[in-house]
Amino acid sequence: MLEVMNKNYVDMDEYPVTTELQNRCVNIIAHLFNAPVGEKEAAVGVGTVGSSEAIMLAGLAFKRRWQNKRKAEGKPCENPNIVTGANVQVCWEKFARYFEVELKEVKLREGYYVMDPVKAVEMVDENTICVAAILGSTLSGEFEDVKLLNDLLTVKNRNTGWDTPIHVDAASGGFVAPFLYPELEWDFRLPLVKSINVSGHKYGLVYAGVGWVVWRSRKDLPEELIFHINYLGSDQPTFTLNFSKGSSQIIAQYYQFLRLGFEGYKNIIENCMENAMMLGEGLKRMGRFDVVSKEDGVPLVAFSFNNKKDMHLAFKLSKLLRQYGWIVPAYTMPADAEHVTVLRVVVREDFGRPLVEKFLSHVETSLNELDSMTEAPLSTILLTVELKNTENAGEEDGGLHIPSNVIMKKELVPISKNIPLIGVKTKGVC
Amino acid sequence: MVLSKAASESDVSIHSTFASRYVQTSLPRFRMPECSIPKEAAYQIINDELMLDGNPRLNLASFVTTWMEPECDKLIMAAINKNYVDMDEYPVTTELQNRCVNMIAHLFNAPLGESETAVGVGTVGSSEAIMLAGLAFKRRWQNKRKAEGKPCDKPNIVTGANVQVCWEKFARYFEVELKEVKLRDGYYVMDPKKAVELVDENTICVAAILGSTLNGEFEDVKLLNDLLIEKNKETGWDTPIHVDAASGGFIAPFLYPELEWDFRLPLVKSINVSGHKYGLVYAGIGWVIWRNKEDLPEELIFHINYLGADQPTFTLNFSKGSSQVIAQYYQLIRLGFEGYKNIMDNCQGNAMVLKEGLEKTGRFNIVSKDNGVPLVAFSLKDRSRHDEFEVSDYLRRFGWIVPAYTMPPDAQHITVLRVVVREDFSRTLAERLVMDIVKVLHELDQLPSKLLMLSEEKKKVENGNASKKSEIEMQKSITDAWKKFVLAKKTNGVC
Repeated sequence: MLEVMNKNYVDMDEYPVTTELQNRCVNIIAHLFNAPVGEKEAAVGVGTVGSSEAIMLAGLAFKRRWQNKRKAEGKPCENPNIVTGANVQVCWEKFARYFEVELKEVKLREGYYVMDPVKAVEMVDENTICVAAILGSTLSGEFEDVKLLNDLLTVKNRNTGWDTPIHVDAASGGFVAPFLYPELEWDFRLPLVKSINVSGHKYGLVYAGVGWVVWRSRKDLPEELIFHINYLGSDQPTFTLNFSKGSSQIIAQYYQFLRLGFEGYKNIIENCMENAMMLGEGLKRMGRFDVVSKEDGVPLVAFSFNNKKDMHLAFKLSKLLRQYGWIVPAYTMPADAEHVTVLRVVVREDFGRPLVEKFLSHVETSLNELDSMTEAPLSTILLTVELKNTENAGEEDGGLHIPSNVIMKKELVPISKNIPLIGVKTKGVC
Repeated sequence: MVLSKAASESDVSIHSTFASRYVQTSLPRFRMPECSIPKEAAYQIINDELMLDGNPRLNLASFVTTWMEPECDKLIMAAINKNYVDMDEYPVTTELQNRCVNMIAHLFNAPLGESETAVGVGTVGSSEAIMLAGLAFKRRWQNKRKAEGKPCDKPNIVTGANVQVCWEKFARYFEVELKEVKLRDGYYVMDPKKAVELVDENTICVAAILGSTLNGEFEDVKLLNDLLIEKNKETGWDTPIHVDAASGGFIAPFLYPELEWDFRLPLVKSINVSGHKYGLVYAGIGWVIWRNKEDLPEELIFHINYLGADQPTFTLNFSKGSSQVIAQYYQLIRLGFEGYKNIMDNCQGNAMVLKEGLEKTGRFNIVSKDNGVPLVAFSLKDRSRHDEFEVSDYLRRFGWIVPAYTMPPDAQHITVLRVVVREDFSRTLAERLVMDIVKVLHELDQLPSKLLMLSEEKKKVENGNASKKSEIEMQKSITDAWKKFVLAKKTNGVC
């Protein structure tokens, strides 16, 4: 990576091999997602700086397609909206706000922390540019049921005549599902899925700074969004928000594809999954936690206290674990399940079994600390001593005479258990 | 029964990479390979393919930095696994970004108090920076129009036709109309007078470029500011200015400190600069600074609960590597003001050497000005036999990458070659380039001209016809054909 640090990714004419590597990565990912491309046909897709940019590009393509369709029909195209679950990552809200699209969120409920396909399809109207499903929810790692969404939406499209497509945000799940759950239908095998984004820097096993977005076919990417630039002498089509950037990550992604291959990725993800299971078991055994994440999903473990009164302790536990060096975030769920607080541990490639066991032992110690903190309140007695020259002190010299009417006893109220440590509830969770 | 193994079936992993079977199979292009391969093989294969890329140091087309000190490389490698946006986990990295923003804001004379923090953000490049700045202007304008009860569905932005392609991207993606001030022969930047004429009530801002992509010239921001103040007074619209200082932002404060182009001018509300151009950092970093808090509408800032702490963010990208931010901070403190000034002086000196060398050949017109970004843009005096694209092609054979462009409207008949003088383009390289250019010219002079060859072919074709055009008319028709061919190659924007 260091060797290619000084190559500007966008200089396609100067560094043709780097561009070629990017194209190969796009093709590899498109085939991984079963894109309907012919044997030697090039896939439609691009490398980005992360899933945020990828989602913005995909959203922009949908918005423009929808606008063109509405203009052709002579209908107004002022109020586009997009339907997602309330568990979306903040970049969807960014997209909505920056590109002036309304965000219609399907609220969650306790026990069901992803988008409900039935409710989502109900919310679709004529101004909906697409429905966004998440493969690998940020909060609980769950895969949404894209097949069910596809089937329901196909029915609705037939009834209404609108052609609402689906976008799958596979930021985390895109490099997990094809290896662990190849029979799960969530990708281009479903006809309504028109574009998919995935983060190379999550389970794609590359350092931060690369994401990919792939479209089903050329017609899903409106031609007017593609820029043909005369960059340093030759014509190159580009469709990205960023222009100059380092090429290290793209080359690193190709290296991973080449070096690991299908079986390599499969082995790594299987390991992650096993470690996640072990972690889940260990936490359940302690008897204090509910594991919120499902087994079929991204290898992460989201857990909350099973006792309702202890819910807010999650933040305290997170702080205590920091003392051992572990950074475990604690979140409240979005609407309508705000009373649930979870702690989330993401199991990455480098979180091996020994670390899992150490982590579990630290959780136990922290739990004990937490319990002792909340059970025994500290009470203090405050003694104020006033030395006065009293007349009736007597003739004792050198002695400290403390008149009894001066001793003040104060008993402090014990530190209450119920101080909510929840700070400002902010917009989105990552 | 013990089966003995033949010696040649030794463990695959000890094979030398080039002896192994991995270099025999063709590389995966469309599908992920089924099996893993050893890491040395993967490295070697990719390395070998990348050898065929151009040499970044000889790439004279790009402004983007291609060399940094080894110490900085060490810092970059150490930071490569830090996700820039994890503000809670990597507080020092976040702090470094804030320090960079403050330093750059003060470099641009932002009107801040002594310990007031500047309003700005690190981005992946000037493209993202410009989109953020444009978005801020658009939102501000929309809010103002809604408050006045006027329609706000047709925003537009006024720039010169010499803008870099990212402005066109911004316009297209964010549905803003782009009103371009056309260039003319001899004046290749935006004319402030014409720009101010194009301003109307739907204009969200006027964008001036400090360091035009095509010839490195600085636009006259002060004049634009003065004219626009007048117009604002007359009309009551509050049209602001954005300065795209992608290249010039790290040059003007060091080489031309008295030039007023930054926040010293009251109408300038935001400035963007590329850290990876004359900020001397590898590709992947840009900065955008706003004058003060009111210029950045609060509703665009997201407050996220990222891994436990509340952090305000206003960027298009989220997760990215933090190496470049750290590298930028390294450069700012390692070089300091005098370091940057010395480097820019050197660049300017080398650019002058190159310019004089070219002038001495007598075959070129120099299109770039002395006051500007250290680059040399030149065109052939005599284009009748060979054009600049051929010169560019022939220079490739020596290893130099020198691009040739046609100017945007209305100066499309001018083609220039452009050499960017970066930090690592020393005087010896400049002299060598001049020598190579002279060699190329000699070679081209020996060759028959493309145009004459075409005319001979045409003569052969027309010999069958009775009509006989005069020689001048024939040459004219041939040059017209070539012009059309060249223009067909010239596509949307130039970088």
